[in-house]
Amino acid sequence: MARMLKFNIFRYNPQDPASVPHMQSFSIDETESMTLFIVLNRLREEQDPSLQFDFCCRAGICGACAMVINGRPGLACHTKTKDLPEEITLMPLPIFKLVGDLSVDTGTWFRAMYKKIESWCHTKKVFDPNAIEERMDNDVAEAIYELDRCVECGCCVAACGTALMREDFLGATTLNRVARFILDPRDERTEKEYFDLIGTDEGIFGCMGLLACQDVCPKYLPLQDVLGKLRKKMAFAAVNNILPSFLKQDIKL
Amino acid sequence: MQIIQTDLLCIGAGLAGERVAIEAAENGFSVICLSLVPARRSHSSAAQGGMQAALGNSAMGEGDSPDVHFSDTVKGSDWGADQECSRIFADTAPIAMRQMAFWGVPWNRVVPGEATYYKGGKPFTAFEKPENEGLIHSRSFGGTAKWRTCYTSDGTGHAVLYTLDNRAAQMGVEVHDKTEAIALIHDGDTCMGAIVRCLKTGELRAYLSRATLIATGGYGRIYRESTNAVICDGGGMIIGLDTGVVPFGNPEAVQFHPTGIVPTDILVTEGCRGDGGTLLDVNQYRFMPDYEPEKAELASRDVVSRRMTEHIRKGLGVKGSYGDHLWLDIRHLGEKHISTKLREVQEICESFLGVDPVHQLIPVRPTQHYSMGGVRTNKDGAAYGLKGLFSAGEAACWDMHGFNRLGGNSLAETIVAGMWVGGKVVEFLAGTDTIFKTEAIRAAQQKQEERIKALISGSNGRENVYAVRNAMFDTIMKGAGIFRNGTDLAESVTKLTEILHRARKVGLRSNGLGANGELSLALKIEGMVKLAQCVCYGALQRTESRGAHTREDFPERNDRDWLNRTLATWANSTDDLPTLSYEPATKVFEIPPGERGYGGGKIIPMDNPPTATPKGAKA
Ligand SMILES: Cc1cc2nc3c(=O)[nH]c(=O)nc-3n(C[C@H](O)[C@H](O)[C@H](O)COP(=O)(O)OP(=O)(O)OC[C@H]3O[C@@H](n4cnc5c(N)ncnc54)[C@H](O)[C@@H]3O)c2cc1C
Ligand code: SF4
Ligand code: SF4
Ligand code: FES
Repeated sequence: MARMLKFNIFRYNPQDPASVPHMQSFSIDETESMTLFIVLNRLREEQDPSLQFDFCCRAGICGACAMVINGRPGLACHTKTKDLPEEITLMPLPIFKLVGDLSVDTGTWFRAMYKKIESWCHTKKVFDPNAIEERMDNDVAEAIYELDRCVECGCCVAACGTALMREDFLGATTLNRVARFILDPRDERTEKEYFDLIGTDEGIFGCMGLLACQDVCPKYLPLQDVLGKLRKKMAFAAVNNILPSFLKQDIKL
Repeated sequence: MQIIQTDLLCIGAGLAGERVAIEAAENGFSVICLSLVPARRSHSSAAQGGMQAALGNSAMGEGDSPDVHFSDTVKGSDWGADQECSRIFADTAPIAMRQMAFWGVPWNRVVPGEATYYKGGKPFTAFEKPENEGLIHSRSFGGTAKWRTCYTSDGTGHAVLYTLDNRAAQMGVEVHDKTEAIALIHDGDTCMGAIVRCLKTGELRAYLSRATLIATGGYGRIYRESTNAVICDGGGMIIGLDTGVVPFGNPEAVQFHPTGIVPTDILVTEGCRGDGGTLLDVNQYRFMPDYEPEKAELASRDVVSRRMTEHIRKGLGVKGSYGDHLWLDIRHLGEKHISTKLREVQEICESFLGVDPVHQLIPVRPTQHYSMGGVRTNKDGAAYGLKGLFSAGEAACWDMHGFNRLGGNSLAETIVAGMWVGGKVVEFLAGTDTIFKTEAIRAAQQKQEERIKALISGSNGRENVYAVRNAMFDTIMKGAGIFRNGTDLAESVTKLTEILHRARKVGLRSNGLGANGELSLALKIEGMVKLAQCVCYGALQRTESRGAHTREDFPERNDRDWLNRTLATWANSTDDLPTLSYEPATKVFEIPPGERGYGGGKIIPMDNPPTATPKGAKA
């Protein structure tokens, strides 16, 4: 028997003077292979055309549709109703600025992040269009890609206790991005330069290591591993210059 | 209304838009990119398989060269391509690929020694040369003589877009995301920017620019079943067509991909078949070699999609609650290969189907996938019809793809054309000044404000925008699906005219305040129906079969009468039908029309076939 699902959805349109934040309930019949993408579009087409939410690839690839689903941040397009109870509560991601209902502004947050950590390969070399490409070990390429898979959905930030307490905390996605560049031989930044970016309480030392981030990451990024190694690497970076040479350590990511 | 001024306005921040933006920024010009979504969520990020460039580093790519790539591309296009553009593309692709490596793309690299690959489901070994160790590797894609598709696992589009957006951030390219261009500002002669709706607040802004680029990607979402992201609904093409002077090139050239999953139409990459995946029917029989002994599953997309449909029509499809489908089988590639090289595919199957492709078959059917047509430009990327307007990427009909683009060629086109057109935009910006006419700006602004008012107040009517869209979906698929014929197309054209009248009477049911999604669609629906009509009307007139355009009633490729490109304009916005004209497919024939070598089909030759233009006389 098909279930009747009950959705409690956060509603607020900041651009409508008559709107106040509240929860609204909707009922909808469950169908085969139903995802929250199908549900929300049907609700907008059939019940309330003012409902705001974000979808783009609807294939779990672009990271646009993160929201809090029964208390847990996740990608809506990726969530099958058959894995959920009959009553489902949907809230927008915290931390990011609300656009309306379930839609938030992640773009501004992430672009600020790129600037903060200078999210690009730093090199003094100049591209030579006539030369063949510089060689790279395939294992290195795969290790970089492993971390490059982050889709900037914001789930890890929304789930993070530190990020909720301090607005300037970089978040797991940002630290992971820095780790990606540390791995990349094309980025010529020194340990000291990386330390200046993240060796602070807004950075790796603010992280409490409770790993809610890894728990919710829809791309299964190895955040536990990345954060652990970064913490160690940065701790040594802080003291390496005062340690005698036989105690110095270079932590490989 | 807020007015923002910049040298270059890129409408679109996918690969094509950002690549052009970077070129301009590197040359000292100010650039703003607009995007419906944060730049990195642009649809380019969804491309899994890879991008073609004749680097020839891999064992199976040995002996490759831009000439071979060029020839594959022209054949793939069924000679519909502008050969000057295909040539620029094939020659520039290796440089563009290396530049992306320089900027940080983690391309998969050559691992020396013996490697096991698959062809047609059977393993074979090839020897990767030690001297090529660490150079960019390549995999196989349909319709190519050599393995030349560069890739990063199966997240190529994602990895390339992230690297390019990093570079854009480094160069100070501004991205205004959650914005939507809803009209161009122009005076019938020169483009001066765009009227833009903010998708955070709903307010309108005017962007004034000396050069404007349409890089809004494909418009697959005029079909219900499409592999495209839901934002690919043709906004860029619509604002071009709305000018009345900018032509829509080859609207009828629509590509279907053989492997969209059933029911959600999410694409699983051609890399599956490239790596050795096979197609099976209801009896789990591998049928493609019967139709295409030579290339089997790796014939070009149009051919595979057609053969699949043909096979389903014989009653050999698998019946399901969402219609008939076929199976894609990658089980024999093994767990290790699937979980590393085809990881996204595995994730998609598990998350959206509950299927584990290591042990189970994947239900697939051909699904709308790529728009070969688009804003018609010359080889510099300058749009016909308006000065200062350019276009690149899937949104453009530059036209290196003709009537069928090869897998891996469109992602490559975005950065190659981006680089090339970017250079031309820089030349334009360096040498041209634009007069911003306040009357043109005011007129454009007022028109859009009035449209919004009318939609909210319902002064044109109260048609439901979703109902109108559904009617359009049904109609375009009936007429302009994989197989087309005169009767169905004529019926679709008549119906779309009625639907267009309904689209003009849409009114909102919600209040339209803020980033209201109903209003976004309502602002576009008339344009979407016009695009659908261009597709159907163009397909009705084209009485031949070429590439992806397959007429059951005209099965021959007719080079005598139809070796040309359709140009559709919407002369008066109140017209019911587009105005069609035609231009020769190409001015230069490096390769005169001939057989593709796959797909079968008869050819009606030209009365006076051209002789090959020597390569030296290229663009
Ligand atoms: C599922 C899938 C897989 C694919 N795989 C491959 C592959 O393996 N190899 C390959 O070569 N090709 C592949 N393609 C095709 C390729 O991905 C696209 O052709 C290419 O990425 C298009 O890039 P683009 O920059 O032109 O447009 P997009 O990346 O689509 O970017 C369009 C941009 O325009 C913006 N935009 C749109 N309308 C407006 C508006 N009105 N106002 C403001 N901004 C707007 C969007 O927000 C976005 O930023 C695939 C396509 C699909 C659907
Ligand atoms: S481990 Fe660190 S980054 Fe992850 S949720 Fe906890 S505090 Fe946040
Ligand atoms: S690390 Fe994971 S959860 Fe965090 S933004 Fe990236 S993909 Fe999302
Ligand atoms: S819509 Fe792209 S991840 Fe959900």
